[in-house]
Amino acid sequence: MTHVLDPNALADTSGGAGTPPDPFADVTRSNDAFRAFLHGLPGVDQVGAEARAKVLGTRSIKTTAKAWAIDTAISMVDLTTLEGSDTPGKVRSLAAKARRPDPTDPSCPAVAAVCVYGDLAGVAKEALAGTGINVAAVATAFPSGRASREVKLADVRDAVANGADEIDMVIDRGAFLTGRYLDVFEEIVAVKEACGPAHLKVILETGELVTLDAVRRASWLAMLAGGDFIKTSTGKVSPAATLPVCLVMLEAVRDFRAATGRQVGVKPAGGIRTTKDAVKHLVLINETVGTDWLSPDWFRFGASSLLNDLLLQRQKLRTGHYSGPDHVSVD
Amino acid sequence: MTMFEYAPAPESRSIVDIRPSYGLFVDGEFADGTGTPFTTVNPATEEVLSEVATGSDEDVDRAVRAARRAFVKTWGPMRPADRGKYLFRIARLLQERAREFAVLETLDNGKPIRESRDVDVPLAAAHFFYHAGWADKLEHAGLGPAPRPLGVAGQVIPWNFPLLMLAWKVAPALATGNTVVLKPAETTPLTALLFAEICQQADLPPGVVNIVTGAGETGRAVISHPDVDKVAFTGSTEVGRAIARAVAGTEKRLTLELGGKAANIVFDDAPIDQAVEGIVRGIFFNQGHVCCAGSRLLVQESVHDDVVASLQRRIGTLRVGDPMDKNTDLGAINSAEQLARIRELTAYGETEGATCWQPEGDLPDRGFWFKPTVFTDVSPAHRIARDEVFGPVLSVMTFRTPDEAVAKANNSTYGLSAGVWSEKGSRILKITDQLRAGVVWANTFNELDPTSPFGGYKQSGYGREGGRQGLAAYLRSDS
Repeated sequence: MTHVLDPNALADTSGGAGTPPDPFADVTRSNDAFRAFLHGLPGVDQVGAEARAKVLGTRSIKTTAKAWAIDTAISMVDLTTLEGSDTPGKVRSLAAKARRPDPTDPSCPAVAAVCVYGDLAGVAKEALAGTGINVAAVATAFPSGRASREVKLADVRDAVANGADEIDMVIDRGAFLTGRYLDVFEEIVAVKEACGPAHLKVILETGELVTLDAVRRASWLAMLAGGDFIKTSTGKVSPAATLPVCLVMLEAVRDFRAATGRQVGVKPAGGIRTTKDAVKHLVLINETVGTDWLSPDWFRFGASSLLNDLLLQRQKLRTGHYSGPDHVSVD
Repeated sequence: MTMFEYAPAPESRSIVDIRPSYGLFVDGEFADGTGTPFTTVNPATEEVLSEVATGSDEDVDRAVRAARRAFVKTWGPMRPADRGKYLFRIARLLQERAREFAVLETLDNGKPIRESRDVDVPLAAAHFFYHAGWADKLEHAGLGPAPRPLGVAGQVIPWNFPLLMLAWKVAPALATGNTVVLKPAETTPLTALLFAEICQQADLPPGVVNIVTGAGETGRAVISHPDVDKVAFTGSTEVGRAIARAVAGTEKRLTLELGGKAANIVFDDAPIDQAVEGIVRGIFFNQGHVCCAGSRLLVQESVHDDVVASLQRRIGTLRVGDPMDKNTDLGAINSAEQLARIRELTAYGETEGATCWQPEGDLPDRGFWFKPTVFTDVSPAHRIARDEVFGPVLSVMTFRTPDEAVAKANNSTYGLSAGVWSEKGSRILKITDQLRAGVVWANTFNELDPTSPFGGYKQSGYGREGGRQGLAAYLRSDS
């Protein structure tokens, strides 16, 4: 399994840092121009988007389809711990779980990445050496993003230096909500540059953007700035990932690829706890953007407790009966 | 498996016990009909489901006499609050047996189980709940101080929403103190007969609801019976005209809910993704067997190509096939006859020069099927832009200005429903005011609710069903 983006898709990125890909190269020439562009995107009808997500939530995924969905979902998990109480021991135990989520079954896939704070990226890196599992680190004064740009960029460089393969940054929601779109854009560009070879996931914190119109605009903003993934939430704000929000973000990456040729991944994070939730997201991908996004290269779940439910459901499918919570490890 | 293939997820049919044959439901009991019985088939497989009695003139007469007796002796004099209790009981029984009704509806009609489960049956129950609440409050309906029932209602309903149309007819009639003789469509009689069992289970007094199955002749006997006070019909404009002629010159009150050729208007400032969903829901819901279907898409020229491309991509994800599979979006055409009519009209579309598009994929070998179809380059003069297809066939036309959109939308002999898609509230209010259609949806489509009156302008019929306005069709306000 690879967690490296399709190199062909990467080749389609813009000429220079900070210039959006064609045909949108000039939309960031001024804040007014950028505002006009973002507000010119088709609106999102909240009622309609919720209705669509609800209908897709009724899909009945059974037997072989369910088995495939569970394994795919496991392989897409960014196994996450983002607590003030995190320790090297906790991170090492999470890394062990990431490599072999179900120790009783070698056919169980590993997860995509382990997601930690930047200071623990080195511990995770060491624990995951040689596994192909990536280390993701949150940065840029996560989760609020309330710090100077210098501090945020230093946070990013520090995490990369500690071995992070992926950086999960937060956008400046304050700037976004006051209409300083170009500031948000430039910050993402700067972070992307600071990432170097590391992948950039851009957290929109949709729970603070509130409207689906704002989610669509923020998605486009992040993609134009060069984000490799757009991510819903930090997990520290409620509501976090919801199906309608994920639907709108998937529509955005679909339309962005159609316009620019560049594919961007999507990561819902926070609040996805059950296999049912995860399968609903896979259905949403399948019927909104198609199978191109049905891989860990292009879709991730930011979650901690989800993995254990996936494992329990997986055991249930294999053995025909439910085992208790003691049959999966406590992290 | 590299792709996400949904495994078959069939709903079990074991919950339904379909009898080999059914009689008529008259005066609270099932009895043989005196006409020649007919069979009803599952349109998805052509399997014969059951044999059903045909009501002759004598049978209809018996049913009307039973309804009259019940009106005079039990239902008419009953305390309105008690009538309400019966309706609440029926509504709860519909909910309790919802899965049974949904499975039977899908087997007999061909519609996807997802729709019968999530739309038809819950809405049918909602109509009974809504009207149950009115039963003892009719003096507050704005129809005079003491509105009185009409008497016996003769009701003829179509095959597209068999149980739901029954609910639309029976619930307001009963709530207002009338009794009914109902004739379900000949291709879909089974849920009406299961409803008869619900009436028994609810201890509804005999004769309040009578169900007489059969084809056109039986329907004619119901509407032309001299002791029927009120005729209510939902179906084709052609039959509606014949009924209007038959009822003309009599004392009978008449409501007709007929065909439609609704315009679904998409402005360039519409929320495009949701508009595409609305277009799909407008024309492919229930295989397009919907009188208020959004069969004419009027899209602003500046976004035509984007909308059509998005629409085609979306239609490519529709799952066509076994209606009993919980993941099916588009089921079977209800009958061979209807399939022939859809084929005939779409053939006109091609010979008249419109461009036909259908998604890839195979249809089942047995049963009656038609792929979701989109015609572009349609002129308002084409038959597919004027005639009701009553199938999954969309005609796309363009407009340049709001005035042109309104003119084209209103350029129809029908006027049942319409839709407007725009993010601009003032535009929506202005346009909806100018559309000559009984129901106008803004940024949604085919959204039905018992509190909202439903009915047509022009050849789409007259009278309203649902809401306070719907009660008027079953009440006499002169006193």
